[in-house]
Amino acid sequence: MASWIERLKAGLAKTAKLLDVRSWLGRTVDQSFLERLEAQLLQADVGVKATERLLQKVKEGFEGKTADEDLLAFVKAELINLLTPAGGAPEAIRYAPTPPTTLLIAGVNGSGKTTSVAKLTHRIRSEGKSLVLAACDTFRAAAADQLAVWAQRTGADLVRGQTGADPASVAHDACDRALARKADVLMVDTAGRLHTQTHLMRELEKIRNVLQRKIPNAPHEVFLVLDGTAGQNAIRQAEMFSKSIGCTGIILTKLDGTAKGGVAVAIRQTLDLPVRFIGVGEGIDDLQPFRAEEFVASLFGERLAASPN
Amino acid sequence: MFDDLQKRLSGAFGRFRVRGVLTEQNIQDGLREVRTALLEADVNLNVVQDFIAKVKQRAVGEQIIKSIRPDQQIVKIVHDELVALMGETDATIRFEKTGPTILMLCGLQGSGKTTTCGKLARMLALQGRKPMLVAADLQRPAAVEQLKTLGQQLAIPVHAETGVGPVQVCQNGVAAAAKAGCDTVILDTAGRLHIDDELMEELKTIEKKVKPHHVFFVCDAMTGQDAVASAKAFNEALELDGVILTKLDGDARGGAALSIRQVTGVPIKFMGIGEKLDKLSPFDPRRIAGSILGMGDIVGLVEAA
Ligand SMILES: Nc1nc2c(ncn2[C@@H]2O[C@H](COP(=O)(O)OP(=O)(O)OP(=O)(O)O)[C@@H](O)[C@H]2O)c(=O)[nH]1
Ligand SMILES: Nc1nc2c(ncn2[C@@H]2O[C@H](COP(=O)(O)OP(=O)(O)OP(=O)(O)O)[C@@H](O)[C@H]2O)c(=O)[nH]1
Ligand SMILES: [Mg+2]
Ligand SMILES: [Mg+2]
Repeated sequence: MASWIERLKAGLAKTAKLLDVRSWLGRTVDQSFLERLEAQLLQADVGVKATERLLQKVKEGFEGKTADEDLLAFVKAELINLLTPAGGAPEAIRYAPTPPTTLLIAGVNGSGKTTSVAKLTHRIRSEGKSLVLAACDTFRAAAADQLAVWAQRTGADLVRGQTGADPASVAHDACDRALARKADVLMVDTAGRLHTQTHLMRELEKIRNVLQRKIPNAPHEVFLVLDGTAGQNAIRQAEMFSKSIGCTGIILTKLDGTAKGGVAVAIRQTLDLPVRFIGVGEGIDDLQPFRAEEFVASLFGERLAASPN
Repeated sequence: MFDDLQKRLSGAFGRFRVRGVLTEQNIQDGLREVRTALLEADVNLNVVQDFIAKVKQRAVGEQIIKSIRPDQQIVKIVHDELVALMGETDATIRFEKTGPTILMLCGLQGSGKTTTCGKLARMLALQGRKPMLVAADLQRPAAVEQLKTLGQQLAIPVHAETGVGPVQVCQNGVAAAAKAGCDTVILDTAGRLHIDDELMEELKTIEKKVKPHHVFFVCDAMTGQDAVASAKAFNEALELDGVILTKLDGDARGGAALSIRQVTGVPIKFMGIGEKLDKLSPFDPRRIAGSILGMGDIVGLVEAA
C-alpha cells in the first residue's frame, strides 16, 4: 500500500497543478499575474477575504518585479503563517495528567466523524493505551453499529445506548465505564448536526457538560471534523461549533480526493483554530498529524521531507 | 460573513449616482460585489466568470426603472439569470411500463446517498409504487444495517446479502424485486472518490449489467469549488440523469448546485432538507438563487415596480 505521503500527494496532485507555481517564475508581477494567483487561491477554497489579503501583500512586495524564488518563498511563508495558530499548533493529542483523557468529536452530517474516531482510536491503541468509546449518535440509523465494527477492529471498549436514547446519558455511562476501568482515554462520537440547528447544538453542549462534570477538566480535546471538500460554509461551521463547545482543533477529512482543503486557511482568518489531523482515506491508517509546512509544500507540488510518521 | 448582497451593492452604487441607464462603467463596482457574493456562496470560479460576463451584457443599456434603485435592479437581473441557469426542473420520475424501474444513487462519501434512498422510497411508496431497496454498499461498516433500519422504519423491503460482490447484489436485488412484485428498485451504492478508478469501474459494471433507468448523483450542498470536478467525472462515467442536492436545511448557500448544473447540464431533481425521511422536496431554483445572493424580498419588489 502506498505510504500516506504518497497518498496525500496523489490526492493533492491536482492542487499541485492548480498552484503551478514553477510557471510563475520569470513572469512580471502585473495585473494579469495577480489575477491568475487570485484564481488559483479561490479555486482552492481559500476564500475571498484571505485571498485578497494575500494578494495585497504580494502586490505591495513584488509589483512590477519579476517573479522569482523570493516570491515563491514569500507566498509559501504567508500560507504557512495563515495556517499556524498564534501559539504554534500542538502536533499530537494532548494527554491529560490524570486519565482518562477525554476527547469530544463533533461536526456536520457525513463529514467523517465516526471514521476519524476509528482512526484516532487505532492511533491511541497503538501507543499501548486503553480506550473507551462512547457511541453518542443514537439518532442516525445504525450509527452505533458502525462504531461497534470499528471498536472491535481496534480493540476498544464500546458504550452504547438504545436507538433514540438521550446521548448525554450515553456519555454519562461512558464516563462511569472509563473511570471504573481506569481507561487511559475516553472518546465520544456524536451525531452529525448542522450548526444552524439550535436544539441539536444544545444537545451537544449537554454532552460536553456531562463530561465536564464527571471528569476533571474534561473534555481535554474537542475536535471539529470538517469535510475537506467543503467550501466557505465550513467557516460558519467552525464559528458555531467553537462557540457552542469550544473546539481545540480541526480534523480535515477526505483530502485524498481532488479538493484542496483551502478553507482551512479561510477559517484561520477568522478563528484561532488549528488543523490537528488530516484524513486521507477510509482506512484505519489514513489519518496523519497536520503540519502546515508539509501541507503547503504539497499544495505547491514539492517533495516532502521524510516524515517520522 | 454573508452580507446581504443588496446592502453591498447599494454601497457600491452609492459611490456614484447612476441615472437613467446602466453602463459598463457604472456597474463595474456592483458586479465586483456580485462576484464576491457568488464566490462566498461556493459557486465555481469558472462559472462565476462566465456568469458575470453574461449579466454585464444583459445589464448594460438597460433602462433604470424610476421607482427602484440601480442596486435593486442589478439584483433582479442577477437573480433572474441564476434561476434561468439552474433551469426549471421536472422532478417526476418516468416509470417503465413493464418490469421494475431501477434507480441507482451514487456519489462521494458521506454525501447522503443512503438517507436519500430511504427518502425516495418513502416518497414513491406514497405515490402508490412498490419500492425495494438494495444494499450494494459492502464497504462502509454497517452500511447494510443502516439501509435495513431505514427499510424497517418505512416498512419497505430491503434486499441484502453477504458473500457476493456489489454487482451481484444489484443483479440479485432486481430479480428479487421482480419476484416480490415490487415495481421500483433503488440501489444504494458505496461512497467513492471520482478519482478512484477501481471503484468507478465497479459502478460502470453495475450500470452495464443492471441497466438502471435513472442514475442520480447525490451531492452535499456544502461542497466548495471542487463540486464540479466530481460531478463531471461521475457524469462522464455514468451519464447521470439527475442530481440530488442534500443538506440544504442549513445555511449552505447552494453554489455547488448552480455550478454542477452549469458545467454538466444535468438537471437537479430533488433537494434534501433534513435528516428525517420526509425531508425531500422537488428542487426549487428560486430558493437557491435567493440564498446564493443572500437576499430577501427584492425580486418581488422589482417585479411589482
Ligand atoms: N475518501 C475518504 N473518505 C472518508 C474519509 N473519512 C471518512 N470518509 C468516508 O466518509 C463517509 C462518512 O464517514 P463517517 O465517519 O460515517 O461520517 P460521520 O461524520 O460520522 O457521519 P454522520 O455520523 O452520519 O454525521 C464514509 O463513507 C467514510 O468512509 C477520508 O479521509 N477520505
Ligand atoms: N441535515 C441533513 N442531513 C442529511 C441530509 N441527507 C443526509 N443527511 C445526513 O448526512 C449523513 C450522511 O448520510 P448518509 O446517507 O449516510 O450518506 P452516504 O452518502 O450514504 O454515506 P456513505 O455511504 O458513507 O458514502 C447522515 O448523518 C445523514 O443523516 C439532509 O438533507 N440534511
Ligand atoms: Mg457518525
Ligand atoms: Mg451510504
